[in-house]
Amino acid sequence: MGAGTPVPVHEADAPLDVGGISLGSRLLVGTGKYASFEETRAALEISGCECVTVAVRRVNLDAAKGPSLLEFIDRKRCHILPNTAGCFDAQSAIRTAELARAILDTPLIKLEVLGDPKTLLPDPVGTLEATRELVRQGFQVFVYCSDDPRMCVRLAELGAASVMPAGSPIGSGQGILNPNALRIVLELVHVPVIVDAGVGTASDVAFAMELGAAGVLLNTAIAGAREPLRMAAAMRDACRAGRQAFLAGRIPRRLYANASSPLEGTIAPGGGPAA
Amino acid sequence: MQPFLEITVNGQRREVRADARLCDLLSELGLDGAAVAVERNRKLVRRSDHGVTALERGDEIEVVTLVGGG
Repeated sequence: MGAGTPVPVHEADAPLDVGGISLGSRLLVGTGKYASFEETRAALEISGCECVTVAVRRVNLDAAKGPSLLEFIDRKRCHILPNTAGCFDAQSAIRTAELARAILDTPLIKLEVLGDPKTLLPDPVGTLEATRELVRQGFQVFVYCSDDPRMCVRLAELGAASVMPAGSPIGSGQGILNPNALRIVLELVHVPVIVDAGVGTASDVAFAMELGAAGVLLNTAIAGAREPLRMAAAMRDACRAGRQAFLAGRIPRRLYANASSPLEGTIAPGGGPAA
Repeated sequence: MQPFLEITVNGQRREVRADARLCDLLSELGLDGAAVAVERNRKLVRRSDHGVTALERGDEIEVVTLVGGG
């Protein structure tokens, strides 16, 4: 689905293959909280994302029929990843996944089984239960979870297509709170790890990608910015920059300086005429 | 047989004709052909079954669609 612009050899990167789809952009973007569908469409396009999330909700039977969100998503460019946001038990999440599949005819599902409405932190037991059932039903399950390394390993073992540890609570903008946990997750988990939730600004995306995340999923950081379209561009660039830095390999940290200019051949030190 | 029966749609009480099928309800709601999915009593009803699923008194129907989300 990638654009036609040729990429220089030194910037080449493989697509992100996950859950049976292939993504040219490693930024996944949510469609919530925009001021309008027009703004949603523009932000998605500018972000360069090829996978967008949507939520499943009751049809409002009292409202006049307006345009549908789907009319504003370019499905030739973007895969749609429906979520189970708002589900606080495994059974609701499983039913929501089945409803999403019935609408979109897609096996993709972003599974969220949440603990409580205040923290929106994932409920680990319900998440495991729902993952097991949805994998059994043939879904490609992208699992929102905590950054606990054992939890992430168990989800991958159950057959999750992707594990998606939260950098920090959903919509909190706190960034990556525990990079060491994420480093361990990235070492132990052998399905794509997509950092989901908590991104506040572009450097959070770059940081996650520099650590080796396969991708980053965000929503509020763009939709809630003062200028969402400008932030969509910033996130696009940060995701690419972080990924390229990861592939290029950062230098080790050292305690003392290491001159960039030669230490030999400098002129005689000091000032005034030679004695 | 009463001409109408009472069901619940998205949490709201509603009367439908006693011989109504699920597709009739969707049509009445202006949702036939729309990007929606339907549960009857917490069980998904596939689109291909909307035309053959009869409604019964006390049915709890959920009609959902896609909205913006993260």
